[in-house]
Amino acid sequence: MTMFRIINAGPLSTVQDLGIKGYLKYGMPSAGAMDLFSFRTANILVGNLEGDAAIEFTFQGPEIELEADTVIAVTGGRCNPCLDSFPIPMWQSVFAKKGSIINCGIVGEGFRGYIAFAGGLDVPKVLGSRSTYLKAAVGGFKGRKLAVADELKVNSPHNLDNLAGCLLPKELIPSFDTEQELRVILGPQDDLFFQSSIEVFLNSIYEITPQSDRMGYRLKGPIIKHKNGADIITDGIPLGAIQVPGEGQPIIMLSDKQATGGYAKVATVISTDLNKVAQLKPGDNIRFRSVTLEEAHKALDRQEKVINNIKALFNESRQRKVRQLKFRIANEDYFVTVEEIG
Amino acid sequence: MIQYKNAGDRALVVEFENEISEKVNQKVQDMAAAVESCSVKGIEEVVPAYRSLLIFYNPLIISGSHLKQTLIDLAGNIESSVVHRTVVVEIPTLYGGDFGPDLEYVAQYNGLSRETVIKVHSEREYLIYMLGFTPGFPYLGGLAEEIATPRLEVPRTKTPAGSVGIAGSQTGIYPIQSPGGWRIIGKTPLKLFDPNRSQPFLLKAGEYLKFIPIDQKEYEEIEHLVAAGKFEVMRKEIIGADKNDHV
Repeated sequence: MTMFRIINAGPLSTVQDLGIKGYLKYGMPSAGAMDLFSFRTANILVGNLEGDAAIEFTFQGPEIELEADTVIAVTGGRCNPCLDSFPIPMWQSVFAKKGSIINCGIVGEGFRGYIAFAGGLDVPKVLGSRSTYLKAAVGGFKGRKLAVADELKVNSPHNLDNLAGCLLPKELIPSFDTEQELRVILGPQDDLFFQSSIEVFLNSIYEITPQSDRMGYRLKGPIIKHKNGADIITDGIPLGAIQVPGEGQPIIMLSDKQATGGYAKVATVISTDLNKVAQLKPGDNIRFRSVTLEEAHKALDRQEKVINNIKALFNESRQRKVRQLKFRIANEDYFVTVEEIG
Repeated sequence: MIQYKNAGDRALVVEFENEISEKVNQKVQDMAAAVESCSVKGIEEVVPAYRSLLIFYNPLIISGSHLKQTLIDLAGNIESSVVHRTVVVEIPTLYGGDFGPDLEYVAQYNGLSRETVIKVHSEREYLIYMLGFTPGFPYLGGLAEEIATPRLEVPRTKTPAGSVGIAGSQTGIYPIQSPGGWRIIGKTPLKLFDPNRSQPFLLKAGEYLKFIPIDQKEYEEIEHLVAAGKFEVMRKEIIGADKNDHV
């Protein structure tokens, strides 16, 4: 069982996994990682199960001191992770020695990053999950965001040998633009809005306001009008649902959303595009495009094929003997992964 | 007429009549029970609400159209077969004083004595239509109009867990400490939500609850037992096609 200590936590770093399952009917939000593609990839790259616990950071990554050898991977929005002040690549598993300091830095493109540790974070499971749900102070590390001097445990990985050096090909790394097109499936209450307003919703640009968090993103743009008021008889809210309260400005409901709500929902962002939402920040722009259920499921199939490819890459990488070297030539720092082939 | 609608690419919502009534909600509870007990692979979880049931599924295992057909078949087989079996959960409640700072206001607003407010509030059995809003929060039906009271003009920033309140013609219990504008008339020593308990949630949609007035001494005793994990919550089973049959 290894351990690390937080030197600087960043504004919002929490322990997350795939979320709390099976308790929505009791009104328990699911919480869990916001950008599940980046989260799952980080775990796969260090040889973990996809659902092992890792750190999600927001805007600025944590700085941590390792108290044992480990292998890490940093994924998500583009930041500049450093190992003992030496830049290391993202989307790659990297060996880190006991006593070294990892600093993830500022997220320059996108909004959220992930750092996974071989073995996965060892925090107690609550409601079957290791995710942090901040509002009820449940789960994760003591039910709260990470803070300076916190000491976290990591489960012992089976074997660190050959774990480092697994990297994602460039074409599989998502892009993190400040304007995104999100695919939506209209409904379940699109019939409560004027058709002209649905057209407005699908043909306008909406800006993410500062009143946005893990619970939901409040947007600002052309007003979406209800035929007979915004209230419905309270019902369940799926992840990605776009609620429109009386003022006519949409809210995208995200990981920490409540299980139920009473505003009409004009559309729902498809599950694969929630990863894009997670990487948008206040001031960024969104356009919506309506797709069919079949298109959404095709997108999901494609994403799962990519995840399976990443797993295959990891298994291949494990067969190779690689070494990671850092060196400096003419004042430029380089980090290379060298494979022995002879 | 039952409607089946996509709620994104991983959930489907089944909607019954657009009204809040015990009759419609019973259909939701029956459908929820049928979906949860069917062995169709790919169904992940359900969220029963007043008049609708949200069903989450894994499209990699079951297609949306297959799921819809499965649900239509399930719905067709429900009506005659279900014997309604439910429970009344007793919620010991200390009314008034520091724990119920708005009891006096509710009494004055409705021109009643405090004792009458307590009597009216605690004599009914309230259906738990659904849970939501915060973990374990019950949406209850059927508050007597004679004690209905508007919300606070300025919501409190903190209302302690266990607070029993009135908002308009609704009554409810705060499962966790949260901000809120309900008129607080009492407090229960029971925990509606305790993540470390083997049954983390005290209540279930489709059950009834009844407030049982207790005094300060009883409150402390129960609180003590709850903390030690030794308090046995009273659950009275009722059986019948209609809940009113047992009264």
